[in-house]
Amino acid sequence: MSTIAQRLKQTGTSRRDFMTFCGKLMVVAPFGLAITDFLTPEAVAQVIGAARRPSVIWLHMQDCTGCTETLLRTSQPDLASLIFDVISLDYHETVMAASGHDAELALRDAMKQNDGKYVLVVEGSIPTGNQGAYLKIAGRNGIDMLRDVGAHAAAVIAMGSCASWGGVPSSNINPTGATGVDSIIKSKPVVNLPGCPPNPYVLLATVLEYAATGKPPKLDAFGRPKFAYDRTIHDHCPRRAHFDAGRFAKQFGDEGHRSGWCLYQLGCKGPVTHAPCSTRHFNEVVDAWPIGIGHPCVGCTEKGIAFTVPLHATADILRPYPPDTYPNVTAEGKRISPLATATAGVIGGALIGAGVMASRSMSKSDEE
Amino acid sequence: MNSDVRPVGGKLLTPGFMVLLALSAVGGLLILWRFFAGLGATTALSDGYPLGLWIALDVVTGTALACGGYALALVVYIFNRGKYHPLIRPAILTSALGYTMAGLSVAIDLGRPWLMWKIPLYFWSWNLNSALLEVALCIMTYVVVLWIELAPAFLARFKDSGPPLLQRFARRTIPILDRALIWIIALGMLLPTMHQSSLGTMMLLAGPRLHPLWNTPLLPLLFLLTCLAMGYAIVVFESVFSSAAFRREPETPMLAILQKVAVAVGIAFVSLRFVDLAVRGRLGLTTQLDFHGVIFWIETVLWLLPAVILLTSRRVNLGNLFLGAMCTALAGGLYRLDTFLVAFQPGTGWHYFPSIQEMFISIGLIAMELALYVAIVRKFPILGGRSLKETTA
Amino acid sequence: MHTDRRSLFKGLAAAATLTLIPTTDAEARAKRTVPDDAVGLLYDTTRCIGCKACVVACKEANEKPADVDGYGGGLYDAPEGLNEYTKNVIQLYRDDGANEVSYVKKQCMHCVDPACVGACMLGALQKGKFGIVSYDPSLCVGCRYCEAACPFNVPKFEWSKKAPKIVKCELCRTRLAEGKQPACSEVCPRGAVIYGRYDSLLADARARLAAEPGKYVPHIYGERELGGTQVLYLSHVPFEKLGFRFNDEQSVPHTQQTVQHGVYKGFIAPIALYGILGAVAFRNRRKQDE
Repeated sequence: MSTIAQRLKQTGTSRRDFMTFCGKLMVVAPFGLAITDFLTPEAVAQVIGAARRPSVIWLHMQDCTGCTETLLRTSQPDLASLIFDVISLDYHETVMAASGHDAELALRDAMKQNDGKYVLVVEGSIPTGNQGAYLKIAGRNGIDMLRDVGAHAAAVIAMGSCASWGGVPSSNINPTGATGVDSIIKSKPVVNLPGCPPNPYVLLATVLEYAATGKPPKLDAFGRPKFAYDRTIHDHCPRRAHFDAGRFAKQFGDEGHRSGWCLYQLGCKGPVTHAPCSTRHFNEVVDAWPIGIGHPCVGCTEKGIAFTVPLHATADILRPYPPDTYPNVTAEGKRISPLATATAGVIGGALIGAGVMASRSMSKSDEE
Repeated sequence: MNSDVRPVGGKLLTPGFMVLLALSAVGGLLILWRFFAGLGATTALSDGYPLGLWIALDVVTGTALACGGYALALVVYIFNRGKYHPLIRPAILTSALGYTMAGLSVAIDLGRPWLMWKIPLYFWSWNLNSALLEVALCIMTYVVVLWIELAPAFLARFKDSGPPLLQRFARRTIPILDRALIWIIALGMLLPTMHQSSLGTMMLLAGPRLHPLWNTPLLPLLFLLTCLAMGYAIVVFESVFSSAAFRREPETPMLAILQKVAVAVGIAFVSLRFVDLAVRGRLGLTTQLDFHGVIFWIETVLWLLPAVILLTSRRVNLGNLFLGAMCTALAGGLYRLDTFLVAFQPGTGWHYFPSIQEMFISIGLIAMELALYVAIVRKFPILGGRSLKETTA
Repeated sequence: MHTDRRSLFKGLAAAATLTLIPTTDAEARAKRTVPDDAVGLLYDTTRCIGCKACVVACKEANEKPADVDGYGGGLYDAPEGLNEYTKNVIQLYRDDGANEVSYVKKQCMHCVDPACVGACMLGALQKGKFGIVSYDPSLCVGCRYCEAACPFNVPKFEWSKKAPKIVKCELCRTRLAEGKQPACSEVCPRGAVIYGRYDSLLADARARLAAEPGKYVPHIYGERELGGTQVLYLSHVPFEKLGFRFNDEQSVPHTQQTVQHGVYKGFIAPIALYGILGAVAFRNRRKQDE
């Protein structure tokens, strides 16, 4: 396997295109990733160029191919081909030319040639119901295929929510027993890149991190790279000022909605969704992401939120912060209960009255 | 000891007693709820008014109303008026019960009562500047002293009857107590002097947040005077109440004198207050009839009313005595409540009025106190004097 | 009867004078001064932009939960003022008529002669290292006397908890021990609140007043008020409008402790009184027995 720099030279890719690509990687991972921890794209290009071109085997399970599409749907065709120069996509059922037996041969060859060195990317959930009978590829079920290919991989990446935790197929009642990759592969760490689909540059950054450093990026408790998933949409939302000031769109198309106000009351799951979308948009088009085009975030990365909580039900605020308004310098205390005052009045009055009456009767009996 | 003193006897479970038990039970349940649900859920207390009904009424006013024993002890043991002796035991019983209930109120009011034991025992941590510490230690000691002073009454019953171990204990302890009691009684006169004045000192620490009509360095002295006046008033009150409840002849002449003393102390209190206001240039505030001004005058009128009653009654009259005592007790109680609650001004926006739960816990504790009084008086030799049956026989 | 009454009055008058004498003879309690190692904060309303970063930082550094029951309607951390969840707060003073607007930061003032320290029975509240007023819950019985004492309404009680404590700013003393600043001053983007040694903060405040006298109310609040505080304030609007009600220079504990010490100094008066009471009572009983 050649280095990435050698391959790019071989295919005659322009250095400018490669710099642009490295720049995009720096934008998608401004911190938390070793390969982008530099000040200029040139420095990043140096590190990536020196890495061995990683072999990538891509398996499709119960998927919609959306995660593949997100990788392909880059707006500049030149960069699309660049991607396939940076990584060596040795097995991918959607884009490879081979089919049938030739395809299976390609898989076995790719596995043999890069044994222990390839990166396995999995797209789609794995059905476990009925002993895995709901998914069969070339005669064997998805669980076995995954275990077999995963056993010889250097790294396993679960691309998309389906592969990370089950995704759409796993929503109530989960008829196929759909589950994520890390429920099947336990022998090695699985990097989860949830999203429906996730940002493709997050995938590329993760794969290149493996290629350049041999290690995955820092992961959180759910196996998600911290550089992309450590913050909620809410923490980084461009409409946050409207939330803090209490300016909410109440209905699609109303004045607030057209003014670009906060979509919380329309059911935005931003406060409970860990994802990079608020600062890294899709299709390399600025504001091409749900909130940017005026639709509340549906929480597609979060298990328990996506495809579970209704779209327009409001989310809990995990960490409330101060609003854009201020309390007055004078404090507010507890209100006085009128019932209590009345009761006290009655009791006090009764006691005093009884005392006065008692004294009168005593006076009278004393006179006698 | 006056051989007249004996248990009243009679039926314990009268309808009135059952009412007291019922109120006590309600109070008891509410106390359990207070500990289960926390102070925030059961009281109207807030950060603006951290001290509320239980402190201002049960402790501050309640202990003053329980100063009958103290006030009477001064008369009997210092001024050597032995003929008031028959009034002493019931007064000490009222004091013991009153102070014990005040201690219970504190335990209920404290936010972290499981550390209460540190107050008497952690002497190395004592902040000797704290007026509240003085109050707490003094009251804790005084409660013990009061029950020791009552011990002869309880032991007298077990001297000749009851379990043999208790009989032996009674027979051995009674002579010791007889000799040592005078020094314990002296302690029982020192301690209230200390802590009743310290209760006044306590509110000095509210500083500029205490309304100027109440805020004065003379607070300790004023609190001491009110406690004495209220002490005499409560002796009258309790004596009349006992006479009516247990059908005994009231000791009207003695009570008349005590009431006069209470009135005198009350007048001294009012005069001192006005002189103090004049000296510190605050008399003008008394003419402002805002909320605090009106409350100030209500207090003053209540203090002076018994004097008016006294001057206008042609002869000593039990009913007038009772009314006068009630006014004095109310005046003193109102003064103390005002110092701790009404005159306390934490700032705009803060309000306080006790919640229903707070009120009924206080009522329950008072009911418990009254019920115990009745029960003890019936079973143990506390009351002296002649029963009405004997006088009319 | 007549004799009884007269001697009773005489006796009472004597007793009253007895308690009065020690009070008037009391030597004034020594005035407390700023400790040598005192640290503090200087807050300047002209620099504050009301960003509330200090509120957020304080909450996180002290691990306090959000106050969602405030006026924010459940979505925000919106305390009305200091409370059991909030050790530091930004409030707004606004008078459209007088055309005055100011933010004000409220937290513990770390007084030179703290009323709360004077109140606390077992010394749970102490003025300790660097003059910081600290709180130790292991000595706290929850009597809330400190709340009744503090003229700035600072200590707050955890009413909602079953094991409640007192909550107040302690100048992040655990962070100070690690060599860091208090969280609020560290995070302030405009230096509206700064942390430092008390003498340098006071000098800084004086320098600011001298350099731009028209910008401020010509006064440093906390320099002398209520005995002095280690948190100093500079403002462009009158201090009473910001909620600082009191101007007297006398510290709150001064009067109370002068009175208290007058009576209880060395415990002489109580012991003497006990001796007198005991002797008289003993003699009277002897007389009665005869």
